[in-house]
Amino acid sequence: MTDNVNKSRRNLLLSTGAVGVVGAGFAAVPFLKSWLPSERAKAAGGPVKADISKVEPGQMLNVLWRGQPVFLVNRTEKQTAVLESLKDKLKDPESESSIQPDYINDIYRARKSNFLVVVGICTHLGCSPKYYPDLVPQQFDSEWKGGFFCPCHSSRFDISGRVFDGSPASRNLDVPPYTYLDDYTIEIGNDGEQA
Amino acid sequence: MGKIASSGNKGGTGFMGWLNARLPVTQFYKDHLSEYYAPKNFNFWYFFGSLALLVLVNQILTGIWLTMHYKPDASQAFGMVEYIMRDVPWGWLIRYLHTTGASAFFIVIYFHMFRGLLYGSYKKPRELVWIFGMIIYLALMAEAFMGYVLPWGNMSYWGAKVITQLFGAVPWIGDSLVEWVRGDYLISDATLNRFFALHVVALPLAIVALVVLHIAALHTVGSNNPEGIEIKKHKDENGKPLDGIPFHPYYTVKDIFGVGMFLLIFLFIVFVKPDMGGLFLEHDNYVPANPAVTPEHIKPVWYFTPFYAMLRAVPDMQLGALIMLLAIVVLFFLPWLDRSPVKSIRYRRWPFKLMLGMFTVTFVILGWLGMQGATELYKLMAQVLTAFYFFYFVWLFFYSRNEKYHEVPERIEDH
Repeated sequence: MTDNVNKSRRNLLLSTGAVGVVGAGFAAVPFLKSWLPSERAKAAGGPVKADISKVEPGQMLNVLWRGQPVFLVNRTEKQTAVLESLKDKLKDPESESSIQPDYINDIYRARKSNFLVVVGICTHLGCSPKYYPDLVPQQFDSEWKGGFFCPCHSSRFDISGRVFDGSPASRNLDVPPYTYLDDYTIEIGNDGEQA
Repeated sequence: MGKIASSGNKGGTGFMGWLNARLPVTQFYKDHLSEYYAPKNFNFWYFFGSLALLVLVNQILTGIWLTMHYKPDASQAFGMVEYIMRDVPWGWLIRYLHTTGASAFFIVIYFHMFRGLLYGSYKKPRELVWIFGMIIYLALMAEAFMGYVLPWGNMSYWGAKVITQLFGAVPWIGDSLVEWVRGDYLISDATLNRFFALHVVALPLAIVALVVLHIAALHTVGSNNPEGIEIKKHKDENGKPLDGIPFHPYYTVKDIFGVGMFLLIFLFIVFVKPDMGGLFLEHDNYVPANPAVTPEHIKPVWYFTPFYAMLRAVPDMQLGALIMLLAIVVLFFLPWLDRSPVKSIRYRRWPFKLMLGMFTVTFVILGWLGMQGATELYKLMAQVLTAFYFFYFVWLFFYSRNEKYHEVPERIEDH
């Protein structure tokens, strides 16, 4: 049998097959790419303005950006005073592996140290953590120093959105790009000029 | 012409002869029913294959009817389900048959898989039957998950969010993969629409094709039985297994009895307790999807909870997702992990019986844990049990190599 192989026909067969496979690969592109966010979805993901003039110290404002809750917290002195002391209990106290803009890299994780802006989505599996502002013992943590607690899988975050050891989440809460348009207006989704 | 006529004689005369010359209907009927020889000793555990088929037909039929009244639109989906329940004539029944059918499917499939573990039905020469079965199980999980998203209740929404977020565990491309799956920066109308397409077209097609392959592979090698004895080893002069009986009428009658019993329980649930106290239909899903409000306690429907408990047990998302994936992948390799020449548990000794028992209990407790809130104690329990889940397979691999067992008879005894 092998003696009777017509080499040129066999080559034609193989190259036809190879071209077919490559063609199928190209044909798959539109089908796969049609799953990407559409132009309309991209447009709807534009920046959002938030008026923070009525957010009293200790209060939190919840704003939707790209369908995600963004937490805007006016932190009190008492709340931010503990940030330094929590270092040993955190997974990533310096926010080295966090998703956040370059212009907020200290323990406050904010453009203005008293005012926190974070995406209110647990970095574990996308639930929305709840805000527990008071420095009082909680059911989930007897030494609670204020912050966010995710009811889904018990991830705990401090008042800067940094994740505590022993939480299923491995990353600090994301900080979206944002800028101050004036003292009382924040625009989320807009980097502005680097401050 | 002459050729067709002569081959047609084999398939009879008249209309059947005409038909058989063109399509081997009679031969197919013989191969798979009237002359498919199944072991004569099938027991209770052998009801679940045919029941799975019954539930599949129920899901397809009620599913088609549901699509006639439903719209996969984020602003309308929740309302359409209410509409089906309240305004569409008999809509409530069709929907409850579908939702209860989803849970029934998994109950039946879990019994069906457990039968395989008891009697070693995954072993040579039935490895492919097992593997096709496992792929069906996976496809069914995807099907059930996407179906659960369609009513667009709050648990649909947050469940979809948590599950799609798992794709983020893929190194490097994770985040863009999540966006690709969702078709948006969040779970949105685009996500709902594609899940609808996959749920009603793509996955059902795949599942039906896989079921055909599952049964084709089974009918090639023949069915296993509670004794784990190969009936094909002893045949009479006509090539018919001595310990086999034709599937039809013997087992069609048995299965019809099983169907009767099944429908009694199934319809009782459909009519009396379709939400099964929040187990089959979760309370949080009676509230429309709301991206800004997380349900107090996100949990999947009961059939996913063993794996969900494993995911939560690991304090690292990527590792947790990997563990969950491995828990399913390891089952694919069962035919090669269990190296004992004996199939049925009836001829294996106490260590195997004990370990399989503990494995089963582990799986059930994990399922229970997956429904509970995450306290420290439960988390620890889930960690221990997850470890045991994997230990079972490691143990099986080494234990089964030189396993001591009872002598397996050559023939199936009459009792």
